[in-house]
Amino acid sequence: MMESNGDNQIVQEFLIESYENLDNLERELVTLESHPDDMKALASIFRMIHTIKGTCGFLGFGKLEKVAHVGESLLSRLRDGELKLTPEMTTALLKTADAIRQMLSSIEANGNEGERNDQELIATLTRMQYAKNVTPPNPPELPIAAGKPLDEGLLEPEVTPEDPARNATAYVEPASDHAVATSSIEPVAHPVAGKSQASESTIRVDVGLLDKLMNLVGELVLARNQILQFTNSLGHNGLLATGQRLNLIATELQEGVMKTRMQPIGNVWTKFPRTVRDVATHCGKLVRIEMEGRETELDKTIIEAIKDPLMHMVRNAVDHGVERPEARRAAGKAEEGRLLLRAYHEGGQVNIEISDDGAGIDCARLRAKAIKRGLITAEQAERMSDRESVNLIFHPGLSTAEQISNVSGRGVGMDVVRTNIEKIGGTVDVSSAPGLGTTVRMKIPLTLAIIPALIVTSARGRYAIPQVSLLELLRLKAGEASSKIEQVQGSHVYRLRGRLLPLVYLDRELKRCPEKDSAAGAHKAVNIVVLQADDRQFGLVVDEINDTEEIVVKPLGKQIKSVSTFAGATIMGDGKVALILDVLGLAQRAHVVGEVRERSAVEDADRAAKKEAEQARQTLLLIQEAHGERMAIPLSLIARLEEFNRDAVERAGGQEVVQYRGHILPLMRIAEYLGKHRNGSAVKSHAAATTTGSGSGTAGAEPEKLQVVVFRQGEKNVGLVVHRILDIVEEKIVLEHPSHDEGIHGSAVVQNKVTDLLDIEDLLQREMDEELVGAGDRR
Amino acid sequence: MSAQTKQFCTFFLEGHYFGVPVQQVQEVLRYQEMTEVPLVSSVVRGLINLRGQIITAVDLRRQLGMTDRPEKQKPMNVIMRTADGAFSLLVDEIGDVIEVEDNTFEPPPDTLQGMAKGMLRGVHKLPNRLLLILDSERTAKLSDAEA
Repeated sequence: MMESNGDNQIVQEFLIESYENLDNLERELVTLESHPDDMKALASIFRMIHTIKGTCGFLGFGKLEKVAHVGESLLSRLRDGELKLTPEMTTALLKTADAIRQMLSSIEANGNEGERNDQELIATLTRMQYAKNVTPPNPPELPIAAGKPLDEGLLEPEVTPEDPARNATAYVEPASDHAVATSSIEPVAHPVAGKSQASESTIRVDVGLLDKLMNLVGELVLARNQILQFTNSLGHNGLLATGQRLNLIATELQEGVMKTRMQPIGNVWTKFPRTVRDVATHCGKLVRIEMEGRETELDKTIIEAIKDPLMHMVRNAVDHGVERPEARRAAGKAEEGRLLLRAYHEGGQVNIEISDDGAGIDCARLRAKAIKRGLITAEQAERMSDRESVNLIFHPGLSTAEQISNVSGRGVGMDVVRTNIEKIGGTVDVSSAPGLGTTVRMKIPLTLAIIPALIVTSARGRYAIPQVSLLELLRLKAGEASSKIEQVQGSHVYRLRGRLLPLVYLDRELKRCPEKDSAAGAHKAVNIVVLQADDRQFGLVVDEINDTEEIVVKPLGKQIKSVSTFAGATIMGDGKVALILDVLGLAQRAHVVGEVRERSAVEDADRAAKKEAEQARQTLLLIQEAHGERMAIPLSLIARLEEFNRDAVERAGGQEVVQYRGHILPLMRIAEYLGKHRNGSAVKSHAAATTTGSGSGTAGAEPEKLQVVVFRQGEKNVGLVVHRILDIVEEKIVLEHPSHDEGIHGSAVVQNKVTDLLDIEDLLQREMDEELVGAGDRR
Repeated sequence: MSAQTKQFCTFFLEGHYFGVPVQQVQEVLRYQEMTEVPLVSSVVRGLINLRGQIITAVDLRRQLGMTDRPEKQKPMNVIMRTADGAFSLLVDEIGDVIEVEDNTFEPPPDTLQGMAKGMLRGVHKLPNRLLLILDSERTAKLSDAEA
């Protein structure tokens, strides 16, 4: 049945529609929980699950239908007022949505629902369905729950008249009416009915097609720009009029096509009520989520890009921002915390705010922590405003939560959020008032494909600078330049409103020109473009500032992609290509060059050295082994840090494992691992024996909690058990003793102490190999 | 029609006769204005605008370690199609599309040294001259030595 093309298409449509329905369903369910009397929400939930059930019955997905059916039956009783919604029911219904979603993705991937056993879920739902309604249900007393064989009672609940709970209810008719109707005829009729409601005036279009259209419109805009230039120079009247019309049409077309790719941000937000509910329940908190401006529209690619960062921040806000009910009461606040999501347009950008009314960020503690971690010095901390200190949370390796939880707070989070937002040309900012709450504010561009940019000229080349990183433009008159531009040990600075602005010369950075004699340069006016890169400002000195223009961003070929100074290229009105500067890349480059220049004068050596310097600065996780040895692991390789209870460790196939996120996580012990390789691999079997014995000689009495560093190796996770996690530092690593030991790169001085740098890749590879060898040994 | 044949798009570089499989060639263009790209390998001569698509132009003379063509001589573009998008090979002059028999093919001579060796797939012995067949995958890659 699934083989023909037509069927495939039906399944595809079913999938898309069902995913959408599920998203809405989750949202409505959470709404319903807070407003149990909202009959409209209930009706729409019912309708959605009914549609899913109907269509999958029609397509022959029996398991899916079964699950949807019991969910629907419960909902129908809720709708008819026979039952009252309880939190348990909401949870069960959300679980139903999860189960359906999993089956859908399985159908998408493999064409079937996958190996699942949803008996338990079905039993729970059925039990709830027959629970007495008006008074809170008392599940353990119900005989149905465990006793009734499943196959009998589930699909056809209406044929169990002996059920006592059911007899107690007054309205038998309406309930069975529905259940009966769903049995056979309806599935065919309903998908059609469901669809016709909303989709009469809309069609689904492949995103790829829209992308292509967008590209073509981009071309058209460029061609128009070129034609306009020609017509202006020719001055032919008829041509001018036509050109003008073309201009208008192209502009409107561009807007229209852009609109087709726009989606309301509410599409992403639909998932959040569920997330907030889950996280809050998990942390024992009460949190209400409110949303403003869910209709604010953004380009689809941007929506995709901000989805995960937003999710992370929402989880963070619930986990860390909002206090526990007791603490809130003590602080004189309502027990229920409030999380507000706001989105609105402003100045060609979209602003998104996530604010909570929690405890706020403790700036003093944050600074103290940053000093302890060596991220800033004590003097720097003193000079920091509260606003600046709050933004420290974006530093990799900082988390203020005292208690690190499952949900968030490993300090490998907010920095990633920021990187992701900046990647799409947005900015993130945090403000916080102690005791009142925290607000994270993001500015996101509307679209990625066409961006406003400033065009500058330097050394006869034209470059585009994305407007998002532009702060202001300065022009120093000829003659003024020599006195206004000062030097600090060879690097140029300018006093901008009392603060030193480091200057970067674009032509020199791009190596386009032999170093200009600064005396000769002093006779010309100096144009400075003040730019923002990360949290730093710098002035870019260019020959000429031309104009701002809407440019179409085009990717660079792979031969050039590796140069981080360029973000892409664009085609200018005259048909020539101009490079788009990557402000962050440029800033990094300029920064490093400044350091290297002092070290060596030779151009070529300079280049190699810079490469090295870039690589050498790394963020490291410091750990300590039982015997006090310090070791470091590059943070970039680490997926997560976890803590497991000692008794969570199980054994499988001669190896220690723990259950982790629904998978089995093999554990390696670092001390043994290194030990056995240091003594040569002949000792392997012995080492393995020690492992089997107890916790081994690693730590004698092992602590209750195991600190585990989780690495991701392809599709698999591997956990490395370490004795203690010390710190996260960013340091320049100079390997002093390249090691011959396997598993260790060598030693370096980190925080004034000798530290071994672990060779994680080697370690993981060995772990893989060992698994194979181990399997052979046991036989 | 006895022997198997292949078609090659041919061009000249410093008097040598080169060919690439015709299926890999998207089009051939006369000189196009280029935008120089700072900070990259000198093999990359610049970017050209091919009907709105931005294409990297690789100077084959430099890629093969030959001397630069005289200033006045404008290079021609052979636009190559690859899985990672198109790129342009800058050559001196364009030749014909020719059909050659497979049995005239020989791997590159062992005595061939330097960069050219890695980039040559082999040689077709034509009646009056040799046709050097380029490995277009390799030419698309920039050697690190050059960067």
